[in-house]
Amino acid sequence: MNEVCFKNIDKKEPWSLSTYEASGGYSVWRKILKGELSPENIIDELKASGLRGRGGAGFPTGLKWSFMPRNSDIQKYVVCNSDEGEPGTCKDRDILRFNPHSVIEGMAIGGYVMKASVGYNYIRGEFMEPFYRFEAALKEAYKTGLLGKNISGSSVSFDLYTHLGAGAYICGEETALIESLEGKKGQPRFKPPFPANVGLYGKPTTVNNTESFASVPEILAKGGKWFHDLGVKNSGGCKLFSVTGHVKRPANFEVPMGIPFKDLLDMAGGIRDGRKLKAVIPGGSSTPVLTADEALAMNMDYDSIENAGSMLGAGSVIVMDDSTCMVKTLTRLAHFYYDESCGQCTPCREGTGWLYRILKRIMDGDGKSGDLDLLNNVGSNILGNTICALGDAAAMPVESFLRNFSEEFEYYIENGKSMVKDNV
Amino acid sequence: MISNKAKKEINSWVEKYPEGRQSSAVMEALKIVQSENGNSLTTELIQEVADYLDMPGIAAQEVATFYENYNHSPMAKNVIRVCHNISCMLNGSDELITHLESKTGVKTGEVTQDGNICVKKVECLGACVGAPMLQIDDKYYEHLTLEKVDAIIDGLKEGK
Ligand SMILES: Cc1cc2nc3c(=O)[nH]c(=O)nc-3n(C[C@H](O)[C@H](O)[C@H](O)COP(=O)(O)O)c2cc1C
Ligand code: FES
Repeated sequence: MNEVCFKNIDKKEPWSLSTYEASGGYSVWRKILKGELSPENIIDELKASGLRGRGGAGFPTGLKWSFMPRNSDIQKYVVCNSDEGEPGTCKDRDILRFNPHSVIEGMAIGGYVMKASVGYNYIRGEFMEPFYRFEAALKEAYKTGLLGKNISGSSVSFDLYTHLGAGAYICGEETALIESLEGKKGQPRFKPPFPANVGLYGKPTTVNNTESFASVPEILAKGGKWFHDLGVKNSGGCKLFSVTGHVKRPANFEVPMGIPFKDLLDMAGGIRDGRKLKAVIPGGSSTPVLTADEALAMNMDYDSIENAGSMLGAGSVIVMDDSTCMVKTLTRLAHFYYDESCGQCTPCREGTGWLYRILKRIMDGDGKSGDLDLLNNVGSNILGNTICALGDAAAMPVESFLRNFSEEFEYYIENGKSMVKDNV
Repeated sequence: MISNKAKKEINSWVEKYPEGRQSSAVMEALKIVQSENGNSLTTELIQEVADYLDMPGIAAQEVATFYENYNHSPMAKNVIRVCHNISCMLNGSDELITHLESKTGVKTGEVTQDGNICVKKVECLGACVGAPMLQIDDKYYEHLTLEKVDAIIDGLKEGK
């Protein structure tokens, strides 16, 4: 446990440069500055490590970095996605607060590999404590001569800046994030062209999640194989899981991929108040909900969670006990997506509103017998019909809640109240 | 009018972006100007920010209305932003909100008569392991109980 991003979490001032360097921090970066590590070498190690994007989509990081046109001389950018807004997710905040230098080093390494001399860390506007921590770390790194132009007399240059959001979940989507960085509304762009060709200010850009960047230095220090072997097939390494909801000790746990869900639940102290597990959303609010039985049989890796019927996503495990009203829970999520749809695509803009209004009417006791079919129908009309994945993120919970807990929805429609007696 | 102090602060953001890309700083510029103006924006102020950054007024207006963190009507001195998303809801945020409403005497979204407090329901603030939680200014308050919330509100009433 706690071997990569959380390596120093129990040390004194884990965020300081001295703590970071004392545990081997910046050793990879210094090697690069001395010309001892080639970009090809780094990409090979990252590919061998099995590191997959921690922002939710799980795209292999080494492969993503190899897509950048590194041999062209035009300006390129690396961007860190610290917009963390997926309900249930709160790991990047702790990385920024407790290990900001790992993000700086990871981004600098990315800049070197992709020949991008400038990086931006896009931090959500509410994360002011993490922002100040990160800024302080940046200052330390500049002062020590780890960033800037022709760093320590080398031919390597890397300048890193922060950018703050202003409250919009959609800006976590990478092309919306790029628009936002340009000072515009956060509305996702059509792909292709992909950011690796046309990104920030029209220049090749790679966007990675905070945890992805933060994992890179340790992977390169200890070797891709070391990281890979911590995990299981198709899910290399370890990962941060935010375990929240009805558990005794909600927390972020950095554990090897593939550990049984049961063990993770135990680490969080198990279900509180002696209640029974009812449902689990394993990867953040956008991923399908699972029943207790499905969850208890699964392991925490990409394939196992997919086989159970959901997705690992950002590793945000939301645990619900038997006091949870699934109608109310889904209504709350539907409201979130309705609120956060950027309004660009009709199926998403209108569909999320429909989903919320139908659920609200069920909650108000005005549900009609055809409402569940209508919900499924609206959901399937959003799925796959939008520019970005927010639409899918809104539709997938609906389908899974209705499939796994249909009797609760039917009961609510028939009786105008929740089937769960002491629901929260 | 944008003060010289605000301009200086805006300039420190403009410096982060490539030449000619100063409009990247519009989000921060609007925040800086908003906080100087008693926590809300006006059409005139937005236009001034746009002029200062040499961008079309409508583009700044779009930004100011797209993002959540800008206010377009007089706002309370203290905005209490309570997360009511899933992890917080499972940990009693609804009860917390009801309590806050009765304690302040106004519904969520409304400003108390003395202009001191406004309680807002907001979406996940990325601190779900600390649920239920709320934000005031730059600070997060986590693992809340009704007693803790009372203490926070009483602190605000006394003017912190
Ligand atoms: C609606 C929406 C919200 C997203 N929010 C985030 C986010 O907050 N943080 C993040 O890293 N990725 C988020 N993503 C995923 C990004 O688009 C992108 O895939 C990711 O930042 C890539 O980094 P990675 O390859 O390291 O995971 C979001 C995607 C969508 C569709
Ligand atoms: S759900 Fe409340 S902070 Fe995430």
